[in-house]
Order: sequence, then structure tokens, then C-alpha cells
Amino acid sequence: MAKTVAQQKAIPGPGLDPQLARRLLGTMLLIRRFEEKAAEAYTLGKIGGFLHLYIGEEAVAAGATSALRPDDYAISAYREHGHCLAKGADPRRMMAELFGRRDGLSKGKGGSMHLFDRSVNFLGGHAIVGAHLPLAAGVGLAIKYDGRDQVVVCYFGDGAVAQGEFHESLNLAALWKLPVIYLCENNRYAMGTSTERALAQTEIWKFGQTYGIASERVDGMDVDGDLEVRPDVRDRVRAGGRHGRSCRARRRRPGGRPGARRSDAVAHRGGHLPVPRPLDARPRGSGLPDQGGSRAREAA
Amino acid sequence: MAVMTYREALNMALREEMRRDGRVFVIGEEVGLYEGAYKVTQGLLKEFGPRRVVDTPICESGFTGVGIGAAMVGLRPVVEMMTFNFAIIALDQIVNTAAKLHYMSGGQFNVPIVIRGPGGPAAQLAAQHSQSMETYFYHVPGLKVVRPTTPMDAKGLLKSSIRDDNPVIFIESETLYPVKGEVPEDPDFVIPLGKAVVRREGKDVTVIAYMGMMYRAMEVAEDLAKEGLSVELVDPRTLRPMDTETIIGSVRKTHRLVVVEAGAGFAGMGSEIASFVTEQAFDDLDAPVERVTGANAPMPYARNLEKLKTPSKDKIAAAVRRVCGANGG
Repeated sequence: MAKTVAQQKAIPGPGLDPQLARRLLGTMLLIRRFEEKAAEAYTLGKIGGFLHLYIGEEAVAAGATSALRPDDYAISAYREHGHCLAKGADPRRMMAELFGRRDGLSKGKGGSMHLFDRSVNFLGGHAIVGAHLPLAAGVGLAIKYDGRDQVVVCYFGDGAVAQGEFHESLNLAALWKLPVIYLCENNRYAMGTSTERALAQTEIWKFGQTYGIASERVDGMDVDGDLEVRPDVRDRVRAGGRHGRSCRARRRRPGGRPGARRSDAVAHRGGHLPVPRPLDARPRGSGLPDQGGSRAREAA
Repeated sequence: MAVMTYREALNMALREEMRRDGRVFVIGEEVGLYEGAYKVTQGLLKEFGPRRVVDTPICESGFTGVGIGAAMVGLRPVVEMMTFNFAIIALDQIVNTAAKLHYMSGGQFNVPIVIRGPGGPAAQLAAQHSQSMETYFYHVPGLKVVRPTTPMDAKGLLKSSIRDDNPVIFIESETLYPVKGEVPEDPDFVIPLGKAVVRREGKDVTVIAYMGMMYRAMEVAEDLAKEGLSVELVDPRTLRPMDTETIIGSVRKTHRLVVVEAGAGFAGMGSEIASFVTEQAFDDLDAPVERVTGANAPMPYARNLEKLKTPSKDKIAAAVRRVCGANGG
């Protein structure tokens, strides 16, 4: 089973607990290695269809999940391997799903874009851009209906922002005060279309503000500087708020289609793994074996 | 048994199921304070409160998605479409999400949702409010599609739909809401999905129809009885899954079949019925299957044109006479 960082008590800001830092790095490395292996199998033709890799965005899923409780929900689009791994799904069953095997999470019926894991409250795996945002509001409604204190984190890309359902979902969640955290992974490109060519307002977090949702922009490449969902955010949402976050992230791999070409702009963006600061200072007092840190740098 | 309108029967079904199961809730435009555009949800807000009777702004895709999300984690939403024509706005949520989650999650999640509202030809509602929307849905694996003709069916089938663990498309009719009929008051009364009913026994020809077309076909059957033609009327009630057994059984008895549908005929219900009857009972047919369908055009507004667009009693009677006359009768 994959180690999850879900139960860790996170401390926001640079004073990150070394234990948590280690777990965050572990989650990020797990995602990176999983995706590298998936890319290899895709090249070999063992994985079919579309394969949307999360390489370059690992810090977002690791950071966001670190502030969640295991019984909180997460829902995502089709670049969801990292979210599913971070939530605690078994990487072997995930890889089996990509291979179309019956021991896969969805018995081989879903594939890369439709990963679901009920045992860790991971709600998919949705491949129509923007369509899962109303679902997140529905999960929030059910939590409130039952008087529970969970939250749902809804990951989506900048490409979903131009869809009507983004706005419908934010409006309903704000109107009904649903416990939803909207987390935009803004890697600045929806396939080949940059946010500048797609959105009249490229400061995506401002859309949240418009709907009266506390919103902010954070650096998705700075895992410890600003955890993607800080515990105080989670607690506020649990208490009846909503929250929107727009993370700047960098997708290193191009889209998921066979033969997809990376545009020059996409090719020149980075894909380094952000090493948590307490670990980056290794070996001085991090308590981390040398190997861990050096492997992280290798991935950079 | 009590005599009540189709509208009251639906209201009774909602009320009984909401009393029976705290997870059942109603969501849609004007369902609460306004008590429903067609008053199907009348009194529900008063009895169950705003937690379980949720008014939404105008955003069919959004609130249908909300229903699906809530259903994924244990609730049993009944989503009202003010008219089913508006469900096209939510078609992606219904087809791509509700119908597929159970399958593509390998059975981990199911979506016990009912999407209900009126559809089909009404009274001069024109092109965008008069469509027979069932055709858009019964093509999709993962959806059940119900069209209840009588008040009794409205109650019994809606209750079964709410109790079903998978998505059900439940299409009522503006023109049937005031129709009265006998309805069992027993809260345990349900009609199973996927069961057709023989509304009138006959021996010469089988006519399949539902909703307003069934009432029209019933009048035709009474008229033709005076000419000595014995018409058997079958109402499928659930279009998917369809009760092919009852239909085939009736065709084996009468050897002739006419299908009546209000919507345009191309790739319609009649095409599907003609197809499986031909596949399964070809040797029993004494005449080609006839279809009486709406004209291949959008619904016009003018009353006389609207009448021309929908299958009339004359057209139904003519089709019945043709199949009965074929092969020497």
C-alpha cells in the first residue's frame, strides 16, 4: 500500500515539520516514479488510450492531501493519477487499471481517466472538462445534508474555467455554503491553448472571489512554502465555508494523446520536483537518509 | 383505491417515498416555494423543509450534477426538470456521468437518481417545449426510461424509480397532469420497472402506444370495435428496459402490429419495436409492422398545424385497417 500523508498534522509555512516534509517528499516521489513507469509502459504499448501524466504537478496533490482527513473526499478530472495516489490508493491496483486488468481499481473498465477508489473516498476520474465540478458541489450538499464535518477537494485545470459548469458549481456551493475546496491546477495550458488565449480573466482565483468564495493564489511548485490546502483552510471549510485556490503548476509532459506534440511553450516549462525546505537543507539536521534527498535532486 | 389526478398521484408517490426514506430529497427549479411549475411538488416544502426540498437557480447542468454527486455518496435525489426539453442542457451530466459511473468505476459507485418532469406534445407550446425526449435517453446503456400513462402508473412507477439503485429518466406529460384515475393509497404499492401492461384485450391486431397516444388509440379501438375489428392495446410503460416478452406474446396472438408514437419516426421507438418483433416473431406476422409517428418536422405553434404534426385518430385507424386488410385479413 502507498503511504499516505493524510493523517499528518501540517504546519503551514517554512517551519515545516521534518516528519511531514519527509512524507510529502515520499508522496511526490511515489507519484513521479509511478508516472515515469506509466509513460514507459505507454511507449511500449502496454497502456492504451489516453494517458495524462501528472509529472511536474506532484506538489499540489501531496500538499493538498496532507491537510485532509482520510474520510474527506477528493474528486478530479482526467489528469488524476497523482490525486488518487496521494489520497492513498494502492499503486499496484492503479497500475493494473492502466493495464486494463481485472484486478485494477475499476476492474479494467475505467482506465487512466477513470480511476475511482471508494476505500479512500476518491471519487474519480472524470473526463469531460468541467463536468465534475457540479458533482463536487453535490458531494458537499450530501455532507451538509447529513450534518457531517467532512470536506471535498475538487481538483480541476485552468481549461475548466471557461466551461459553464465551473461557474454553476461555484455559484451553487457559495449560495448554499457547501464544504467544497476548489483547487485549480493552473499549468497555463489547456492542451495547446494558453490561458491568455482562453480567458478574459487569467487571474483564476478572482473568479472565486466573484462568487464570495475566499480565494487565493499560491505557488503550486512550493510544497512547504504554502501547502496547497492548509489545515486552517480545511477547518474553515469544515465549519461551513468554501474555499478556492489557484495553484501555478508546471506540467512537463504534453497532453495524453498518442503522438501529441508539445508546443514550444509547453516544452520549455520545467518539471522539477520541489523538495521541501527542511529536506533541501540536508544533511544538516533533516534526519533524512542521504539517498532520499539525492534522489529528489536527481528528479529535478 | 382513491380517484385522483395524475399530478396528485405523483405528489403522493414523492411524499410517501420521502416519508419512508430520509435520504430521498427533491431538487430543481421552483420545486419548493413556488410548489412546482406544474404543482407536482405542492406541499412538499411545508412537510419536509428546505433541506429536503431544494430550490435551485436556472442551471440544469449544475443542479443535475449536484444530484449525481449527492447520489454517489449515499443520497437519493429526485431532480425535477421544469420540462424535459431542458434536460438537453444536462445531457452531458446524464449521459456521460450518471449513466456511466457504476460501470466505469467497476461497480464501486452507483447513482440512485430520478430525473423527472413533463415532456412530449402539449398545448401549443411550440418547437422548443414539445419534444418527445425519451428518444434521447433510451439509447444510452445505464439509463432506465419510464413513461407513465395513467395516474396509477404514475404513482407506482415513480415509487419504483426512486427505489431503484441506478439512474431513471421519468417523463410525464403536461396534458396528462389533470387526468383522473383510480390510484391505490397503499404506501407499499409499486409497479415494477420493465413491465408492460395489456390495457385492452383483442384478437385481430396489437397496437402499442403510451402517454397521450394510448388515450387516442383507446378511442380508436372502441370505434373500430363497431366495425368488428378487435384491437389489443399494449402499453410498454418502461421503454428501457422494454418488456419484449409481453409485446411478442401479444403479436403471437394477433399476428399484426401497429406502433404509435408522438415523436418523429426516424430511429424512434417504433423502429426498435418493429426490429425486435421482426427478429423474434417474424413467422408470426401476417402483415408488415406499421408505424404511426409524428411528422418529420419541429412542432409548429398554430393549433391546426400542431394537429397535423401529431398522430391523429384517423391516421391510427387507417394504419390498423391497413394491417388488418393485408394478406386477406
